[in-house]
Amino acid sequence: MIDNLGRYFLGFIGIMAVQVLILNNLNLGGYINPWLYVLFILVLPLEMPNWLLMITGFFTGLIIDIFLNTPGMHASATVFLAFLRPALLRFFGPHDGYESGSLPLPSHLGFGWFFKYTALAVFAHHLFLSTIEAFSLGNFFFTLQKSIFSSLATLITIFIVILFTVKAERKY
Amino acid sequence: MRNIIRFIIKYNIVFLFLFFETISFALLVNYNQYHKEVFANSSSTIVAGIMKISGNFSDYFRLKKANEELSRENALLRTQLESNRLTIDTTLTEVPDSLSGYSYIYRQAKVVNNSVNKLQNYITINKGEKHGIKPGMGVITARGLAGVVRHTSANYATVISILNTKLKVSAKLRETNHFGSLEWDGKSPEYVYLNDIPSHAPIHVGDAVVTSGFSAIFPDNILIGVIEGYKLNEGEGFYVIKVKLSTDFRNLTYVEVVEKPDKEEQLELENMTYDD
Repeated sequence: MIDNLGRYFLGFIGIMAVQVLILNNLNLGGYINPWLYVLFILVLPLEMPNWLLMITGFFTGLIIDIFLNTPGMHASATVFLAFLRPALLRFFGPHDGYESGSLPLPSHLGFGWFFKYTALAVFAHHLFLSTIEAFSLGNFFFTLQKSIFSSLATLITIFIVILFTVKAERKY
Repeated sequence: MRNIIRFIIKYNIVFLFLFFETISFALLVNYNQYHKEVFANSSSTIVAGIMKISGNFSDYFRLKKANEELSRENALLRTQLESNRLTIDTTLTEVPDSLSGYSYIYRQAKVVNNSVNKLQNYITINKGEKHGIKPGMGVITARGLAGVVRHTSANYATVISILNTKLKVSAKLRETNHFGSLEWDGKSPEYVYLNDIPSHAPIHVGDAVVTSGFSAIFPDNILIGVIEGYKLNEGEGFYVIKVKLSTDFRNLTYVEVVEKPDKEEQLELENMTYDD
């Protein structure tokens, strides 16, 4: 994991740059935003301790918040995702546990597994985020609609990024 | 203590999650204008709700004071009542105005002692000479008659209740103005008897019996009660009328003492006439 640190750091910078410089400026249909940055939380190593995951999630969200000038909004949603991730991994994992050293990536665990895992995690994150953004349950159907469409947009960007990096992964 | 630490360690992820969410929400409601407003609005709604509940309780505890204030205000308003002003007919004679300009002065008082179960019942009120109460003044309640002041000390006064066989009050029928004297028979605190109403007077059950205003103790037309029943006293030509009191003497709390400033003058003149 230590030797991978540099790789994760570069990955983090890359994902954040794409998110902040390109995707933050996209506003599809007035309310759909792809939130690619959640990919970073999703692909962190399986052995990563929960507390570190939570801290990483908080600061990842906070950095996005700083660029979007919405302090606390993405931070809370990403902490929620980090909290949810171990449960999701356990839910989708094999009965006898993951092989040691495997990463939550399609190249390691298969495309089908990765799709289910990512779709559910992204939707949970977006639903939480949209609810926090609306800050009321008054217009719940709009919130739900918004999180569904944003999830689709996010999933598309995630798979584009994965397709571009899968080859790079296989080189190692 | 060790158990608490073990508990926290066991659920460290939940605590960490709550910790970061708390920080996020603090940021959210402090630095986002919209979230700040929503938070302030909903918290003020909740706070207002709680304040309302506690206000309901404290209002209840303030009732006593509110009652006192209201009855004081009542007394004041009754004094200021337009119909209570002396009407001076200046076209006929020039009548010197009495001291206050009001034909009656009302003073509010609280009942500190009362009884209904004796033959001679007395009421004690918390106003005395210091407050201008003198023996012979009338005592009424918001709902009707109560009695007449008997003795006074500096701070208290005793009142002969209507429910006292020694007291006679001049009363009349509101409809026809036939007057008689009102007495208690010493039995039920709900009923008194009106005597000396001539047999030719039309009487109906439910008619109001009011003060006559003759005695210079009470103003006229203060409600005493309603007719409950009557019978003709054979051979005398007078009715004995059973009157249901409008005042409930068993829960008398606040009363008003009535003073007629020119009462002395009236009595003096009347005595002069009788002495002849």
